[in-house]
Amino acid sequence: MATEFSYPDSAAKAGPELETEKLSLSMGPSHPSTHGVLRLQLELDGEVVTKCEPIIGYLHRGDEKIAENMTYNQFVPYTDRLDYIAPLANNMAYAIAVEKLAKLEVPARCQAIRVLTAELARISSHLLGLGAFGIDTGAWTVFMYTFTEREKLYRLFEELTGARFTTSYSRIGGVARDIPEGWLGRVNAFCDQFLPILEEILSLLTRNKIFMDRTVGIGVISKEDAIAYGLTGPNLRGSGVGLDLRKDRPYSGYEQYEFDVPVGTTGDSYDRYLVRGEEMRQSVRIIRQVIARFPDGLWYAGDAKRIFAPPKDKVLTSMEELIQNFMLVTEGPLMPAGEVYFEAENPKGVLGFYVVSKGGGVPWRLKIRAPSFCNLSILPKLCVGAMVSDVVAILGSLDFVMGECDR
Amino acid sequence: MLAFWSQLHPLVQGLIKGLAVIAVIFPLAGASSLAERKVSAWMQGRPGPNRAMVPWIAWIPFLSTFLRRLGLFHLLADGGKLLFKEEPVPGHVNRLYFVLAPVIAMMPAFTTVTVVPFGAYLDGAGRTVPLALASVDVGLLAVFAVSSLGVYSVILAGWASNSKYPFLGGVRASAQLISYELSLTLAVIPVFLWVNAPGTAGTLSLARVVEFQSQPGFWGGLWFVFVMPVSAFVFLVSLFAETNRQPFDMPESEADLVGGFHTEFGAFKWSLFFVAEYSHMLIGSGVFILLFLGGWNPLPWVSLADLVGAAHHLTGAAWVVHPAVVGVISIVIFLAKVIAMIFFFMWVRWTLPRFRYDQVMKLGWQKLLPLAIANLIVYALAIAVLQKPV
Repeated sequence: MATEFSYPDSAAKAGPELETEKLSLSMGPSHPSTHGVLRLQLELDGEVVTKCEPIIGYLHRGDEKIAENMTYNQFVPYTDRLDYIAPLANNMAYAIAVEKLAKLEVPARCQAIRVLTAELARISSHLLGLGAFGIDTGAWTVFMYTFTEREKLYRLFEELTGARFTTSYSRIGGVARDIPEGWLGRVNAFCDQFLPILEEILSLLTRNKIFMDRTVGIGVISKEDAIAYGLTGPNLRGSGVGLDLRKDRPYSGYEQYEFDVPVGTTGDSYDRYLVRGEEMRQSVRIIRQVIARFPDGLWYAGDAKRIFAPPKDKVLTSMEELIQNFMLVTEGPLMPAGEVYFEAENPKGVLGFYVVSKGGGVPWRLKIRAPSFCNLSILPKLCVGAMVSDVVAILGSLDFVMGECDR
Repeated sequence: MLAFWSQLHPLVQGLIKGLAVIAVIFPLAGASSLAERKVSAWMQGRPGPNRAMVPWIAWIPFLSTFLRRLGLFHLLADGGKLLFKEEPVPGHVNRLYFVLAPVIAMMPAFTTVTVVPFGAYLDGAGRTVPLALASVDVGLLAVFAVSSLGVYSVILAGWASNSKYPFLGGVRASAQLISYELSLTLAVIPVFLWVNAPGTAGTLSLARVVEFQSQPGFWGGLWFVFVMPVSAFVFLVSLFAETNRQPFDMPESEADLVGGFHTEFGAFKWSLFFVAEYSHMLIGSGVFILLFLGGWNPLPWVSLADLVGAAHHLTGAAWVVHPAVVGVISIVIFLAKVIAMIFFFMWVRWTLPRFRYDQVMKLGWQKLLPLAIANLIVYALAIAVLQKPV
């Protein structure tokens, strides 16, 4: 079998005697385990990976450039498509970044709604990550179980936002609409039935001999490497670094809630799996606290008349609100000149928005720091020495989303 | 009827038997694939296939809904789809071997069926006569010899595809199948040592093993799964590996090798691999049942003859002991056990994750093979010491 790709180092190493030919294998962009359109150019010696080169950009849409051509609120739907497994968390991070630019404080109720939805999104994202990890190691049923739970979450999202998947829920200065009647009760009911099911799902894998054989000691990321490569989220915490922005730099009122930050010990795929499992339990804990002391009041910044659109019924009846709405739609929410960087602890890691404004309703430059992009940067180091099946387990344990990586 | 059958030319007899094999195994394998979909759906809390319907049956009020939910007609829909689909042959393959591979996959699968006894009837003297298409005295040896040829199809498919994922799948498959064949064979030797007491006419016949498990008395009626559990365990695990079932489905592990050796195959050629895999499962389960689970005997210590005798005693009807009725009863019992085994295969598949390739090899060579050898030595010594009189 001839290899189409030749690597300089393998050619240089090829001695005259007993040098086996290396096989170059293109894994992806359409491959069942590359979770979207990641492509890995692997160089194999037998089944052992000797070189791994991630090739990204198959899902590049130029989101950052697009942002420069639309008002701040118009960009909200684009944030859905970053980490499309947890759009609610992206919406929130983006809205807070822009609000920080406007030096705007949103009311407590709005903050509580945002925390609630972000934690639900975290559960949804980790469920998918867990299920996909299950498939990657061959446990299909885990995926189906987690998807049943995600379906229940999607019903809640649909009730809240009108959309199941791409929610576009946040607005600059608030959220799109208040929570529906009785919705908190249904979220609570979901949490009650979810915890036993989560235990059942995790018990399928956690002490499973085959699963442990596949993941323990596979894809070990040391503490130093994790920091050096800029890993964030469960991948960083799996390596034993307890960085969680919800605790370290609280935003949106996270400081009021009690929760633990799980950290791993060895930094292998198994630890990352355990961290995700525990984070879901902690998310449920946060959600319960949010519901227990859900604040009353406005769900948007009522005083920020040049930023948040007035209620629809007022727009149709009152002149002042009509003009206000018109200005907002045509010019966008008015921002002062300046620049701001805000990062939030998203399910996949730290999602940062760097917004540069020269005043007006449109950002001059918007840079997105995508956690999946940074998390994948360690792949060339991580995959070397692993077997082909291990690469799949490592990819599953890193839990990335290409929509966010390629932007 | 029997007289008419025996006066036929042997060639015609063989042809009819061959057609019978195809007519039975093809639908059975198809039914297994449907069962796989239904069982997995059941385990994962999904409805599973429940759409296909045939027009005329759709007009029957309640039955049609029930059959539709059962997904019964997906059997027809799947078969029809695979038959009439376009047959893609990628440009880069070796055409001859590419087409040959699924054919070679089918041949050992169908050939082994002929030597596996699947039932029995009582003749006039009350003796149990096994039913098999070809009763060969080498029995098990023939099964092993022919079924191990199946690996050629996988290698050929992987090689002829001229593509990297099938190639890796083919390499994995060949190594795995050859490794586990050893444990498989070593696991059954104690059974035949036990059956063939010194001084009796030695045989490798599978029917003889069943006969041995249907003797009167405590030891006589005991199934071999209780007599030699280690053998049964090693045989079962090797069977999983030999049939490429999860957790040993290295050759086609879809998470890393996309489809493994059949990545480049489509339509009917692909379905032939599928049928071959299920046939191997059916035959493997059959052999396991014959060796360790008492074949067509309904329960341990209750042989087929006992069952029929009791039924005859209770009802007093003469037709109960008619060979045809007894034959059907025995086949039903045997098939029920096979279906239970198939269900077990599916249960494992949809519950466990998958091993890594080197772990599979390690398990085969470092755990199962020594276990099988130790088991063989222990039983050989025990049998020699006991000098078991039959």
